[in-house]
Amino acid sequence: MRLEFCWFCSSKIYPGHGIQFVRNDAKIFRFCRSKCHKNFKMKRNPRKVKWTKAYRRLHGKDMTKDSTFELERKRNRPERYDRNVMENTLKAIKKIDKIRHDRAADHIAQRWKPKAAKERREARKELEQSISLIKAPLAIQSQEPAITVPKIKVKAPKQQTVEDQLMEE
Amino acid sequence: MVEYNFKKITVVPNGKAFIDIILSRTQRTTPTVVHKGYAISRLRQFYMRKVKYTQSNFHDKLQKIIDDFPRLGDIHPFYGDLLHVLYNKDHYKLALGQVNTAKNLISKISQDYVKLLKYGDSLYRCKSLKVAALGRMCTVIKRIGPSLAYLEQVRQHMARLPSIDPNNRTILICGYPNVGKSSFMNKITRADVDVQSYAFTTKSLFVGHTDYKYLRYQVIDTPGILDRPFEDRNIIEMCSITALAHLRAAILFFLDLSGSCGYSIVQQAALFHSIKELFSNKPLIIVCNKTDLQPLEGLNEGDKKLVMEMKSEASKSQGGEAASADDFLLTMSTLTEEGVMAVKNAACERLLDQRVEKKMKSKKMNDCLNRFHVAMPKPRDQKERPACIPQAVLEAKALEAAQKEGRKTEKDIENENGGAGVYSASLRKHHILANEEWKEDILPEFLDGHNVYDFVDPDILLRLEELEREEGVRQAEAEDGDEDFEMDGEDLTPEEREALQAIKKKKILLIQEHRIKKSTAESRPTVPRKFDKERKFTSERMGRQLSSLGIDPSRAIERARSRSVSRKGRKRERSVDRDGEDGMEIDGGSSNKKLRLRSMSRSRSVSRPFGEVVPGEGFRDSAQKMKAITMARNASKKRNKDARRGEADRVIPTLRPKHLFSGKRSIGKTDRR
Repeated sequence: MRLEFCWFCSSKIYPGHGIQFVRNDAKIFRFCRSKCHKNFKMKRNPRKVKWTKAYRRLHGKDMTKDSTFELERKRNRPERYDRNVMENTLKAIKKIDKIRHDRAADHIAQRWKPKAAKERREARKELEQSISLIKAPLAIQSQEPAITVPKIKVKAPKQQTVEDQLMEE
Repeated sequence: MVEYNFKKITVVPNGKAFIDIILSRTQRTTPTVVHKGYAISRLRQFYMRKVKYTQSNFHDKLQKIIDDFPRLGDIHPFYGDLLHVLYNKDHYKLALGQVNTAKNLISKISQDYVKLLKYGDSLYRCKSLKVAALGRMCTVIKRIGPSLAYLEQVRQHMARLPSIDPNNRTILICGYPNVGKSSFMNKITRADVDVQSYAFTTKSLFVGHTDYKYLRYQVIDTPGILDRPFEDRNIIEMCSITALAHLRAAILFFLDLSGSCGYSIVQQAALFHSIKELFSNKPLIIVCNKTDLQPLEGLNEGDKKLVMEMKSEASKSQGGEAASADDFLLTMSTLTEEGVMAVKNAACERLLDQRVEKKMKSKKMNDCLNRFHVAMPKPRDQKERPACIPQAVLEAKALEAAQKEGRKTEKDIENENGGAGVYSASLRKHHILANEEWKEDILPEFLDGHNVYDFVDPDILLRLEELEREEGVRQAEAEDGDEDFEMDGEDLTPEEREALQAIKKKKILLIQEHRIKKSTAESRPTVPRKFDKERKFTSERMGRQLSSLGIDPSRAIERARSRSVSRKGRKRERSVDRDGEDGMEIDGGSSNKKLRLRSMSRSRSVSRPFGEVVPGEGFRDSAQKMKAITMARNASKKRNKDARRGEADRVIPTLRPKHLFSGKRSIGKTDRR
């Protein structure tokens, strides 16, 4: 038994799932579910379909080059069974998996970093440009430039008393 | 016999002619009309057919060529050698090999292009593929053009080769050039061979037929042979050498006693001695020609001795066969025709004898076999005399038998343990492992979505260590990087953030207001205001008209003004039900209040409370006004039309208008509308 990868979306195919298609030139195409199979029949190129791993790797959304991938290789020559080696392998798989996940997460976080900086810059610019909408220019000039005074909330009175009117006279 | 008839080989066309033939055939026999609008499968089929048809034609023709040309190994060695001498075996094989390669290449091209054509998606592409395929095939043929030309030459020459049956009775005539071989040939057969006075008149083998004792004999005339070392011989001489070497024939070696051929008897004798190996096992007759010019007896001593030597040589080679001395040396003159028949008869006789003898020999074998008889001796007495087998052999045999019996097979074990369905053999029983206990281990195949066997590696621990070290380093670096990065970016302070939020809110409000206010098709009245363009209906006019009627207009004007929406600085009227404790009880009531309000100047404007009903607007109460405001705001939001059909998209208002679907036509048919 072997876990294969879907030709279209590159996800794992567990035993009992999916369809295999053998073409006349003896190339085998494995699909994890009918969605991928139908896309293949429509002759869609997985490198152009956004949700597939092929697209993501090609466009740099996911990690492609890493040393953890070299540890997992399809070996064609069988090794002589050794219980200790097998134990170590099983332990190692878990650790390698964890490391790979961490690195992949890092890769994606790296991708987002420039966006945060950009957002900050834009916010600052907007603040500079549009401060006149909430604060009159005179008010700003009279204050220290670094600090902007928080907005003073003035509640509009529902009724104006006659007294006030008289007073304002 | 099939092998010696080379006249049935197909014509090998020239490279260009070949291409023309095939392409024109393709053009004639496959359909030619195709349009852009056909179904794609039909287009593909159309062009695939052309490619395949062309390929199969090429294949057929080339295969025929390969089949027709004889394989040099399969034919009689005489012909094999002859062809090698004439056309050079290697060149011949190469040419045929090239033809074969071309055939394979064309097949490959066709396969490739048919595969591509299966996925052609337009007429133009399919057509280009077909053009490319045919072009490549034609290029292949063009490349083997020289081979085809050579093969055609070979074919033409082969067709004209004399049809010699190597197994039939044959008489071979050889000797120096100009000794009279061809004239002799002309005398005894009906062949009309060129006889001229210059040497090498006969340039190739000629066949004639003659009869003797009711049997047909082939007579082969060869070109003259010069006395040269073997390597120096040219093609013409090689022909005769080949014939001499391979054909089992009676050989007539011609001598010119007079020397009028241009070569002395010495030279001729020398030639004889140099090729006498070729005469082994063949009846040989030395023929002295041109006796009219120089009779045998008239020769000088030296020459005569040489001739006698040759004769003795001839007699020796035959063994103890022929009877008289005359059979080996004969004289004749083709000019006067004396002795010609004698020579022929002698040759035929000798050949016949030899052949008969050979046949007799082979027949005798069969006869002898029939006559063999194995004699069984009668038993002398009743004593048993069994076979004597040594003891060691018997023991060894017994041991082997015991071993075979004692070994328990897997099948036996299976049967013991319940049969095929119940017991499953442990396939790992004989595995060689470092520790015997590991044989029955259950091996995991998957772990956490990975194939375990992809990770198995004797030094996996080392590599894991390396990896963890790497990871540690990387994480340390990442942390440092993070700290730096934090310093780098300037984050907004909470006050700034609040200000930013307020800005955003304000912007939204502005946009909303603008959308409500702007004059779009939705918000403008469909019917423009044409009423009162000249502004006749003013309050002054009304006042004049009313006063002309005798009514005081002031109240009416006031009322009209109060209700008009367009006046600036509209008076705000206090709602009566607001708490009345605001009032200093002012005398006069509301009208005085109004006066006061109007006359007072304000230093600070006060906006109308939001949602207060203004009489001119037509709302029942504040709640209704609020609802109207909310509805106006919601209406001003931009709709996401989701690329749905809009007003500009085509709409057929009536699908089956009557004027198109009814009535007779003045001209034309009404079958379909």
